[in-house]
Amino acid sequence: MDTILPIIAGAIFASGIYLLLRPSLILTIIGIILISNSVNLALFTLGRISTENPPLIAAGSVMPEVPFANPLPQALILTAIVIGFGLLAFALALAYRSYKELGTVDQDQLLKDPEDTSTAIVNNTDNTEKRDV
Amino acid sequence: MNGFLVFPIIIPLIVATLALLFRKSSVMQRWIGVTGMVILLASVIVLFRDVYVDGIQVLQLGDWDAPFGITLVGDMLSMLMLGISAVMGLIIAVYSLYDIDKERERFGYYPLLHILLMGVNGSFLTGDIFNLYVWFEVMLIASFILLALGNSKNQLQGALKYVIINLFSSLLFLFGVALLYGMTGTLNMADLAQRLPEVENVGLVTTVSMIFLVSFGIKAAIFPLFFWLPASYHTPPVAISAIFGGLLTKVGVYALIRVFTLLFTQDIGYTHTILMWVAGFTMVIGVLGAASHYEFRKILSFHIVSQIGYMIMGLAFNTALGLMGAIFYVLHNILAKSNLFLISGIAQRLLGTFELKQMGGLYKHYPFLAVLFMISAFALAGFPPLSGFWAKLTVVKAGLAVEAYVLTATAILVGLLTLFSMMKIWLTAFWGTVPEKGVPEHFGKIALFGAGNLYIMVVPVMAVAGLILLVGLYAQPLLEVCLIAAEQLLNPSVYIEAVLGPQ
Repeated sequence: MDTILPIIAGAIFASGIYLLLRPSLILTIIGIILISNSVNLALFTLGRISTENPPLIAAGSVMPEVPFANPLPQALILTAIVIGFGLLAFALALAYRSYKELGTVDQDQLLKDPEDTSTAIVNNTDNTEKRDV
Repeated sequence: MNGFLVFPIIIPLIVATLALLFRKSSVMQRWIGVTGMVILLASVIVLFRDVYVDGIQVLQLGDWDAPFGITLVGDMLSMLMLGISAVMGLIIAVYSLYDIDKERERFGYYPLLHILLMGVNGSFLTGDIFNLYVWFEVMLIASFILLALGNSKNQLQGALKYVIINLFSSLLFLFGVALLYGMTGTLNMADLAQRLPEVENVGLVTTVSMIFLVSFGIKAAIFPLFFWLPASYHTPPVAISAIFGGLLTKVGVYALIRVFTLLFTQDIGYTHTILMWVAGFTMVIGVLGAASHYEFRKILSFHIVSQIGYMIMGLAFNTALGLMGAIFYVLHNILAKSNLFLISGIAQRLLGTFELKQMGGLYKHYPFLAVLFMISAFALAGFPPLSGFWAKLTVVKAGLAVEAYVLTATAILVGLLTLFSMMKIWLTAFWGTVPEKGVPEHFGKIALFGAGNLYIMVVPVMAVAGLILLVGLYAQPLLEVCLIAAEQLLNPSVYIEAVLGPQ
C-alpha cells in the first residue's frame, strides 16, 4: 500500500494539472477536484497507514489500547474534504452563473480583460444617489 | 494563557451573525457593521498592550496542551498585523456606507466583510499550520463572494480567475502541510520549528519550503505568480478593491515571513537567495506593468505587486533591520495603497470613469481631494517626511548592510518609477483639463462636504491620510515596535518557549 498510494496520488495530481490547463472551464474545475482528491490521498498516506487497534478509549480507561492507529490524518482529511466541498460548490455555481451571463465556457473568451470596469459601478451610483444615507 | 486572544476572531463572528439576523434592515446592518469594527479595534488595542508589556501571549484552545491542541499565539508581528487590519476594517466599513449599494447590502455585504476579517485575524493569530490553512479558507470563501457579489459581467470575469488560482494555491499549501506532517508528525508551528532541524533529509525540507513559497507567493502576488491580481482587483466596487488590495495580499506576505523565519531556516543560503531574486523581479515587473496602463485601479493593482517586492526584499535579508523594514513596509503600504483605492472611488463618483484618458480637472474643482491624493501617492513613492520614506529607508539601509547593492539599487530605481506612474495619474486626472464630453452633470457642482453625502467617503480617506502623516512625522515609536517584532522573529526560541513552555 505504501508504494501504490503515492503513485496513484501522483497520477491523479498529474491528470488534474492536465485538465486544469484545458480551455473549457468545466474541465478546469474537474481538474481542481482531482487535485484536491490527490492531495487528500497524499495526506492520508503521509500519516502512515497501519493495521493497529482503532483509537477508541474503552470505558474506564484513559488511553486507547496500544498500539493504536493514528486518527489525526483522518480528522485532517475530513476537514479538508468539507472545506474543499464548500469551495467547489461555490466554484461550480460561479461557473454556471458566468456561463449564463457570458454565454460560453471557453476560457479564452471568458477570461479576457473586462472592457470597461466602470459600468458595474456607474449603475450603482444611480442607486446611491437616490437613497438617503 | 490570555483569553483575550480569541476576541479578534470571535468578535467578527458574533457581529456577522447579528448582522445576518437583521438582514432585512439595511439600517441595522450598517450600525452593527460599523459598531462591530469599533469593538474589534478596541479589543486589539487591549491585546496589543498585553503583548507590548508582557511579551508573547499564548492561548491553548480547549485547554489541550501544545503541541496536541490548537494554539493561538500573539507575538508583536501578529499584533501589528491585527492592529492594521482592525483599523482598515473600520475605515472600509465607514466608506462602504456610501460606496456599497442597497442590493449588495441586502445580500450580506457587512456579514461577509466581518467573516473576511475573521479569517484574516485567525491567520495572524494561529500557531498551528493546519489551522492556518483553515483560516486561509475562511478568508478565501468570504473574498470569493465579496468579489462576485453583484454578478456584473466584469466581476464574474475577475472572480473566475481569482477563484481558480486561489483554489490551486490552497491545495498546494495543504500538500506542503501533508509533507511536513509526514516528516515530523506534528502540526504545531513551535513544535515544527524544533523538529525540522532534526530531519535528516534537508533537501526534502527545502523542497517543502519551495512548495510553501509558491502557495503563499500566489496569495501574496509575487513574481511570477501575480498575473491574477491585476486581472481581478479592479472589478468589484471600490471599498472591496481597497480592502483586498490593502489586506489580502499582505496575509500572504505575513505567512511568508512567518514560515521563512520560524520553520525554514535550515538552508538560508538557498531559500533566501531565491527570495531576493523574486523580490527584485516582483518590484520591477510590477512597476513596469503600472507604467503601461491607463486605468486608475489597474495602475494601483500593479503597484500592489511592485510593493510586495520590497517586503519580500526585507524578508530575504534575514537581518533584524531587514525584517523591521519589511514589517514597517507592510503597515505603511496597507495605509497608502488602500487610501489610493478609496480616492480612486471618489474620483470615479465625480467623473464617472476610471479611465485616465477620460478624466481631468479634479485639481481645479476639488483641490482638497488633490491634496489627499498627493499625500498618499507621495507616501507610496517614498517621499520624506511621509510613511513610505521611512519604510524605504529602512529596507535600503538593510540592503546596504548586507551588501546587496544591485537589489538595493533596483529598489531605489523602482521608487522613481513609482513616482512616474503616480505623476501620470496626477497629470491627467488632477491637472488635466476637464474632458469635453462624457463628464457627469454633477461634476464641479456637488461639494465634497455638501448635500450629496459624499463626505461619508471623504472622511475615511482623511483619516487614513492623517495616519500616513502621523506615521511619517512621528515614525520612531512605530519603528521601535517593528524592531521588537523583528527581534522576536529572529529569535524563535522565545516563540517556542512561549508556546511549549520552558524547555
